[in-house]
Amino acid sequence: MSINLKAPLLSLLLLLSMMVIWEMATPKVKSAENMTEYELLMGGASEEARVPPPSAIVKKAIEELSNPLYDNGPNDKGIGIQIAYSLYRVLTGYSLAALIALPLGFLIGMSPLAYKTLDPFIQVLKPISPLAWMPLALFIIQDSEASAIFVIFICSIWPMLINTAFGVAGVRKDWVNVAKTHELGTLRTALQVILPAAAPTILTGMRISIGIAWLVIVAAEMLVGGTGIGYYVWNEWNNLDLTSVIFSILVIGFVGMLLDTFFAHVQSAIQYQE
Amino acid sequence: MSQVSKPLIEVQNLTRRFPSPDGEEPVTVFENASFDIKRGEFVCIIGHSGCGKSTILNVLAGLDEASDGVVLMEGREISGPSLDRGVVFQNYSLLPWMSALKNVMFGVRARFPTWTKRQVRDHSFKHLSMVGLGDGAEKRKPSQLSGGMRQRVSIARAFAIQPKLLLLDEPFGALDALTRGTIQDELIRVWGDTDQTIFMITHDVDEAILLSDRILLMSNGPYARVAESVVIDIPRPRNRADIIHHKKYYPIRNYLVDFLTTRSKNIAFIADEGGDSRNIKPQTVRPGLVENLKNISKPEPVTTNLTHNELNKKLAKGAQ
Repeated sequence: MSINLKAPLLSLLLLLSMMVIWEMATPKVKSAENMTEYELLMGGASEEARVPPPSAIVKKAIEELSNPLYDNGPNDKGIGIQIAYSLYRVLTGYSLAALIALPLGFLIGMSPLAYKTLDPFIQVLKPISPLAWMPLALFIIQDSEASAIFVIFICSIWPMLINTAFGVAGVRKDWVNVAKTHELGTLRTALQVILPAAAPTILTGMRISIGIAWLVIVAAEMLVGGTGIGYYVWNEWNNLDLTSVIFSILVIGFVGMLLDTFFAHVQSAIQYQE
Repeated sequence: MSQVSKPLIEVQNLTRRFPSPDGEEPVTVFENASFDIKRGEFVCIIGHSGCGKSTILNVLAGLDEASDGVVLMEGREISGPSLDRGVVFQNYSLLPWMSALKNVMFGVRARFPTWTKRQVRDHSFKHLSMVGLGDGAEKRKPSQLSGGMRQRVSIARAFAIQPKLLLLDEPFGALDALTRGTIQDELIRVWGDTDQTIFMITHDVDEAILLSDRILLMSNGPYARVAESVVIDIPRPRNRADIIHHKKYYPIRNYLVDFLTTRSKNIAFIADEGGDSRNIKPQTVRPGLVENLKNISKPEPVTTNLTHNELNKKLAKGAQ
């Protein structure tokens, strides 16, 4: 059996055995006649507040995924709608960041002066947690929606900026000489030689950025509230619905994986071998 | 000037100094290099590492600047790179994300911007076929080609843009002996079909004799000079198998090897304070002439206090 067949089978086996252990470790809800008087008075609430078994989560997942787009008002929307809101924010903030980071990274990579001038700013701004910007963003922008997008923008700009600058600066001198001896102008050199040469490094930065953006959106939406997968998690926590919390955690993981897979495909398409 | 046509390239008193790291006197790699290249000529330059051959080539290409002196092309001073001067680098310098054909098309499109896509493609394909890469290899990326094939693509790209001067920087340096041989044959064949002027750096004496009309010999650096211009008067067409049986082959070869092993370091020049070496073209030597042969079999001892001019006079006297 090849390793490509063995590995998925083992993964599946591992998943199943973990689920079985988890299921068995979860205490059963006592039937009403076994409860103490106090427990009866509480309506079995502390029993219900246990970590749910996998069977309950699977049931919840089937229920949610079979009708992902329902909308019963502000606090009851389908998982698909929540994901769509989050993706919209992530992609808007991310695209704005790319729009600025890629040209600026190009400039920094091509000009040592620009690099030295901007480096101190980048070094100070880069380590700031994106959520630390939130109060300032809320005050200046005065709009929670736009503030969330701003937070995504500010967190995804750095890896793209730094990798673009790094990739552009590292383009082999021979290839630039090829452009020079063929009398290519600055713009055509940038587009026809430097961009494809630096593309794999730039894409690595873009892939890191989308990963960070997806991490940050959950926290940002917990703060701004209203819609989105982050808000959904927090809302279900307030409802003490741990089944939904675990289900949405898994959904966050799956969507993050899909985003990453997409960039991995683009990356392998523009990758070249020297 | 008595010449009927002006040379294509005139190099006049080219000098290159590098600033010394400890802030003292700058290091002069070569000084007052002067030589001509005629239209259609194949000129090789030989010298030890560090004598500045590559710098001279890069100055001709416009990728580097000389500290002093000028290079004229058709009477006009060159500045910066130009499509009139094509370059083949030792490491091929193909763009790895493009197929072989696309790499050639890249050059052709830059050279003939008004051509249609079809014209560009056909012209590029023709030149790839000329170096034997028209049978499907043109679709492959450089990483899927052997070193020899990559250098063929690079040569095809250079010939396809039809520069007035083609500069080859040790094009076969990274290839194994067998591959090198076949590509040398291909190069003279392709060159024979065109009137391409070629200036080439090589370390290989046999390669230089096989390919060139004239070989420029450089003395060792620092203060390297273009000391001699050796005429290779072996008739063309030449090929690797027959050239070694030509009666002039070994006299020329011995002369070159003698220069490289002994004389290149003995003619060590000192800084030219008075400017005596300015505007002096390297002495033309014809070791292939029968009368010169006796000089070659018994090289005269040379000492460091001889300048290359004195040395050449001495050699010339011996030949009379």
